[in-house]
Amino acid sequence: MGSRHFVIIGNGISGITFARNLRKGDDKARITVISGESPYFFSRTALMYVYMGQMKWEHTQPYEPFFWKKNRIDLIKAWVKTITFESKILVFDSGETLKYDVLVLATGSKPAFFGWPGQDLKGVQGLYTKQDLEAMEAITNVPMERAVVVGGGLIGIELAEMLTYKKIAVTFLVRENRFWEQVLPEAESSLVQKHIREHEIDLRLGTELKEILSDAQGNVRAVITTSGEEIPCGFVGIATGVIPNVDFLKNTSLMIGKGVKVNSKFESSIPDVYAIGDCAEFEQPPGPGRRNLEQVWYTGRMHGETLAYNFCHEPVAYRPGIWFNSAKFFAIEYQTYGWVQPEPVDGLQDFYWEHQDGKVSFRMSLDQEGKILGVLNLGFRLRHEFFDKAIREKWSGEKVMQALDKGMFDPEFYAPYHLGIQAAFKQQIGGDIIPSKKSFFQKIFGASQ
Amino acid sequence: MRGIQGIGLFLFLLGMLVFTILPFLGSYRLSEAMVKNQVKEIHQEKLAELLQPLYGQNYPSTHAFLTAYSANFDPYNEELKAREAWDQVIWDDYGFALAKAAGEGPARSNPWTCLMLSIGLVVLGGVLFQFASSGSKHTSLAHTGVFHSSLKNRGFLGMLTGTYLIGFYVILYWFPAYLSPWVWMVEPIAQFLSGGPASQWFLYGLVYTLAIAVMGIRMVLKYRDNKYQQLRTASVVFFQTAFAFLIPEVLVLLNKPYFDFKNIWPLDYDFFYDYQIDTFISSGGLGLFMLIWGILLIVLGVPLFTYFYGKRWYCSWVCGCGGLAETVGDGFRHLSDKSLKAWQWERWMIHGVLALAVIMTGLTIVNYFSSFSLLGQVTNQLHSFYGFAIGSAFAGVVGTGFYPLMGNRVWCRFGCPLAAYLGLVQRFKSRFRITTNGGQCISCGNCSTHCEMGIDVRAYAQQGQNIVRSSCVGCGVCASVCPRGVLKLENGPEEGRIHEFPILIGNDSIKLRS
Repeated sequence: MGSRHFVIIGNGISGITFARNLRKGDDKARITVISGESPYFFSRTALMYVYMGQMKWEHTQPYEPFFWKKNRIDLIKAWVKTITFESKILVFDSGETLKYDVLVLATGSKPAFFGWPGQDLKGVQGLYTKQDLEAMEAITNVPMERAVVVGGGLIGIELAEMLTYKKIAVTFLVRENRFWEQVLPEAESSLVQKHIREHEIDLRLGTELKEILSDAQGNVRAVITTSGEEIPCGFVGIATGVIPNVDFLKNTSLMIGKGVKVNSKFESSIPDVYAIGDCAEFEQPPGPGRRNLEQVWYTGRMHGETLAYNFCHEPVAYRPGIWFNSAKFFAIEYQTYGWVQPEPVDGLQDFYWEHQDGKVSFRMSLDQEGKILGVLNLGFRLRHEFFDKAIREKWSGEKVMQALDKGMFDPEFYAPYHLGIQAAFKQQIGGDIIPSKKSFFQKIFGASQ
Repeated sequence: MRGIQGIGLFLFLLGMLVFTILPFLGSYRLSEAMVKNQVKEIHQEKLAELLQPLYGQNYPSTHAFLTAYSANFDPYNEELKAREAWDQVIWDDYGFALAKAAGEGPARSNPWTCLMLSIGLVVLGGVLFQFASSGSKHTSLAHTGVFHSSLKNRGFLGMLTGTYLIGFYVILYWFPAYLSPWVWMVEPIAQFLSGGPASQWFLYGLVYTLAIAVMGIRMVLKYRDNKYQQLRTASVVFFQTAFAFLIPEVLVLLNKPYFDFKNIWPLDYDFFYDYQIDTFISSGGLGLFMLIWGILLIVLGVPLFTYFYGKRWYCSWVCGCGGLAETVGDGFRHLSDKSLKAWQWERWMIHGVLALAVIMTGLTIVNYFSSFSLLGQVTNQLHSFYGFAIGSAFAGVVGTGFYPLMGNRVWCRFGCPLAAYLGLVQRFKSRFRITTNGGQCISCGNCSTHCEMGIDVRAYAQQGQNIVRSSCVGCGVCASVCPRGVLKLENGPEEGRIHEFPILIGNDSIKLRS
């Protein structure tokens, strides 16, 4: 293979995973990573914790600065302005150029804005980049009574939590009639909504942003909702989804749809140009139930792993395994393994259990034959390895229940929720389930259900 | 709640102020009878003569008294040393005992009032403050704000606290006479518990135990949804109060040797010193039991418990140093250094101290059985070096004084020889590990940030690898602070415990060895 020059645009999880794994498999490759956002790879997922004083910026960087030199991964801090694909040359906004042999686009996403009047005002922003974090810190350091968050997804709830930390009252506008309607079934939505409201968030369901109003200095002063209400505020957080960050690639010979069009081996329409992570749009969904755009942290990492493998071995198609995801809504953790549908589906059966305190729930989706399709749990932790195996091997719901104690992942001495779940399953669905036994220590010292 | 919080803080600070001022409130008047009372028989005559000029004089401060004492006593000793008349040199430091005997002041005349106005107010204020603040912070916010805090992020308050603690330890170890007013104040408690006088060590033990108890309340409130943290905290409070503080005092009351049944060599570095062995052997059945118990803990207790539960059974459930670190030190845990360099330093230092302790103890035992013919008094020099450098300077001054500067486990991580021993067992022969939950890690770094031992937990978690590190004390905070449910402290089969080639679950395209 010689020593080709691999240039990666973007130092997020996809680009960096690719660079690291390529170095592991190919000692000779020349590797350069370009980012205008930050000199070193950092975990985007930790931005909120920096804001809340739970971490410092350097803690977000998984590798110490010496790592890059040691692994001969060159880092360039610059924005790419244009790419000349014919001659394989990148042009930075400083005017400097860089030649590549193989180009990997890993430019990620950017917050989606929908053309609201006033969306360019000072104090209106998304939360995606390091610069977004810095801007938000600067604006919210000035005392203000209220902020508005628009969009009921994962970033929206993070923004609400961050602002609450600063003791800023939050009005949370959610277009859908319940929280995270695209993913959560109704019972889980209402559980989370209750929890959001417990944190004194003014949650407005079925409400959209119509317009943002300005003061004399061009700062945000208030928003107007679709119901015509005017809500005074000093900050507007936009979290209505993300779109691939590919503007600088438009009007080139590269084929772009929503993102950079790629096949299952991440090959774009131009030879030696690849795209991975949030900015890549597959021609065909990479698996059943998957989307053409996979804008999730975990899939970005897998794209990077797979493409790097392909440069070091016989190339394979990207084939994700059993779906999984996780998030946290204030204090309530969310995990899911396999597929659970947000709305009831004919022929499928859902088993649902909720703890009496209303902060813990478990749902298991079963097919016609009573075999597990997926689980969705709130407020407690389940073991990935266990459910990956159960779903892959199509265990019956009964078998999953019988072994549930092995699928628990909460810390020692925590409440044995699996006992309640097993009992409820026996009652609702039936089956020959012998409830698990508590260990000696659990009996004496453990939390009760 | 805000009001109560304010009152709590006020009482706490007022108590601290009184506590800090007390050592300055005292005057001293020495008599010959006092000298005879406090000094060993062989030194009585000489000292009574040397200190003659002090009798009947009034010294308005501890410093004035000690200056006068040194001025009359030191030249005699120095002269002996200059002549190398080693057997006549008075090695005992009578400064503390004489200051305590000769002092007068509020802490002596009204010990209970002073105790209540100082330590009492600190405890009351501390407890009030903890109860009032816990209500205002939701559990999900338990770790927020630490880097915006002056106290917890090496700001002015952090530096001030560190300086105070370092000063406290330096005075306690090397200038205890200055603390005699504090010791007067706790004299009635010591009399009640052990039937004997209070020493600076009794005062220290009392303050230490109260600090763990009050800050233990804070832990239980902070982790009110976390049973593991609550049990662990209850355990360290219990072992400190009963095993480290009360039982040894009661043993003294019963005329038995002072003994902490949970302290283990080599942390308990003087366990095999000749005077200790002599005490055990000369104290009948109980003394012999103490000796055998201590040896059993070393050869059986440590390996067995560590095999089943990891070193956490000791370091974060039983140990006194660990107890202080996990309660008083909890607010400083994130200040530990996570760099690779720090880890390299750690391995050299902690195993170096272990080697030193083993060599020192080995020489002591050999010397003991050869009736001191082999090395003579050399082991004494070794003991005083170890006691000074490791026992006092490292474990005390640096170990605790540096909480606000380098985190709460500096001693446990870089210096404790018992932690090194437990760690070797944990690394190579144990069922304990922190399991990584498949592919769920998002590399956010909360685990590494809040690891008090400075382990880069994320480095393992993000490649789906179990964490099997000798330094892990099993505090469980990584699992608690993780926002995605990725980490779980577990005891399980040894098979599959160490992932040489971890595989992240979720990508079927390839089987990748991270």
